[in-house]
Amino acid sequence: MLTERVQLSTSIDLDHRGRDWYTDKAVTFLVFVGGISAIVLIIGIFVFITKEGLGFIAGSLDVREFFGSLAWRPTSPTKPTYGILGLIAGTASVTGLAMVVSVPFSLGAAIFIGEFATGRLRETLKVLVELLAAIPSVVWGFIGLSLLNPLIIDIFDVPVGLGVLNSGIILGLMAAPIMTTIAEDALKAVPDTYREAAEAMGATKWQVIFRVVLPAGRNGLVAAVLLGVGRGFGETMAVLMATGNSIKIPTSPFDSVTALTATIAAELGDAPVGSDHYRALFTLGILLFVVTFIINLTADLVVRRAGRK
Amino acid sequence: MVKATPLAIDIHNLSLWYGDFQALFEVDLQVKQGLITALIGPSGCGKSTLLRAVNRINERLGDYVRTTGEIHVLDQDILRNDIELAQLRRHVGMVFQRPNPLPLSVRDNVLFAHRIHRADEKFNRRKEDEIVEHALRRVLLWDEVKDHLGREATGLSLEEQQKLCIARLLPIKPTVILMDEPTSALDPKGTAALEELIWELHGDYTILIVTHNMAQAKRASEETAFMLLGRMVEHGLTEQVFLAPREKETADYIEGRYG
Repeated sequence: MLTERVQLSTSIDLDHRGRDWYTDKAVTFLVFVGGISAIVLIIGIFVFITKEGLGFIAGSLDVREFFGSLAWRPTSPTKPTYGILGLIAGTASVTGLAMVVSVPFSLGAAIFIGEFATGRLRETLKVLVELLAAIPSVVWGFIGLSLLNPLIIDIFDVPVGLGVLNSGIILGLMAAPIMTTIAEDALKAVPDTYREAAEAMGATKWQVIFRVVLPAGRNGLVAAVLLGVGRGFGETMAVLMATGNSIKIPTSPFDSVTALTATIAAELGDAPVGSDHYRALFTLGILLFVVTFIINLTADLVVRRAGRK
Repeated sequence: MVKATPLAIDIHNLSLWYGDFQALFEVDLQVKQGLITALIGPSGCGKSTLLRAVNRINERLGDYVRTTGEIHVLDQDILRNDIELAQLRRHVGMVFQRPNPLPLSVRDNVLFAHRIHRADEKFNRRKEDEIVEHALRRVLLWDEVKDHLGREATGLSLEEQQKLCIARLLPIKPTVILMDEPTSALDPKGTAALEELIWELHGDYTILIVTHNMAQAKRASEETAFMLLGRMVEHGLTEQVFLAPREKETADYIEGRYG
């Protein structure tokens, strides 16, 4: 069938660098720069915050006053004090209540989407949850201020509806979608053979979920909750709008509080650059950075442990 | 009709579709109580499908699976709509191709089915201990695992895992145990050990076992049913099916002309 003979090569060219070679090198370099710049920027931010904050920590910081005192009076003309106990209590109470709200919602939603919903319903719900996760925090703050505030005043007959309850609910609803998504991933990662084995022994749907799926997906679920905590801890705008902004350790869910984040946001603009007040706010930033870093790292480690199993 | 041995499973005129694909064609099969019956046939002949219809586990796939005909387990029509699947599966246990212990301790695996079917019976630690020991002894696993019952079952060897998967059925005393190629994931030594165990259970349980391995069917069963392309071709005593098959297809398969 051969109609034409091919000429056998007598030499081959191995050191030719064409356009493809240069394109390949250029793209490799660009991707490298892109990847490295993210890391460099984060380190840069950390260095910047630390540099400003460290001046305060080394100079005017009194550790006992800082963590033990309720008196956050950085603008006092006579004797400024920097006690953040009230801010920590505010952040902790709001985040805690947010978790009380969001854990049942998000676990329930994840179980429904992952174990019960099928086909179109399941896909629709997943898209909806992702849409909810994309609502800007200022919108949530707005809902807290103009919708939940009068509602709380009406229902509980209190003078002000802004406080731990309001911002806890808002923050909980805000964190729920992302927690749902991660929890659902955790449930999806549980091999179906486990469900089949349990069903073949006559376990009902609920028994399969409570005795097999949830224990097997435990690590992923813990990670989901931790990331929710991190989200609540670092959230600023919604908290600023819904807490009522007064520094105290709350004794009732209707008490107004303020959070670490909200304090930075509210005061940084007015603090003279380089002043103790300015630097104290950066110290709060370091504290936030460290705590969220620890929360995220823990979540990450938990997820990795889940993945290894 | 007078029957010598009572029937554990009586399948009549069973057809099954996966969507538009018909996997079983008017299958009849009678499985006698207390015997080991092997289901043999080439890949894709429908033997696993038939097995998975008996505890209705194939319905996990949803509306995609459609079944007509009748399956009676101890004279109860199990394809009725008002059948409680949890109850059915309590009486019809299953062992899968790949050992599938739950990600719990060995002890919790053995007790899993017992606990979900315990109903109102009160928790009793000593009774649970007895159940665990008894079930594990019955599957010849007690001596290997008795000192680490708290260990994750998924860390056992495949052979031990598969034995555990049989052990966890015993506390709820199933009438029938379905086995879907239970040794296909095991090495020759594990296969031999498991066959020995299946033989050991014979008499106390009715066992319907799907196997790819004809030597296994020959060694470890009393009756054999041969399926081809979704139809039941022949069913009889194991010696008869292997030594003097009635149908030409059976003879061809046994002699290794296909499959």
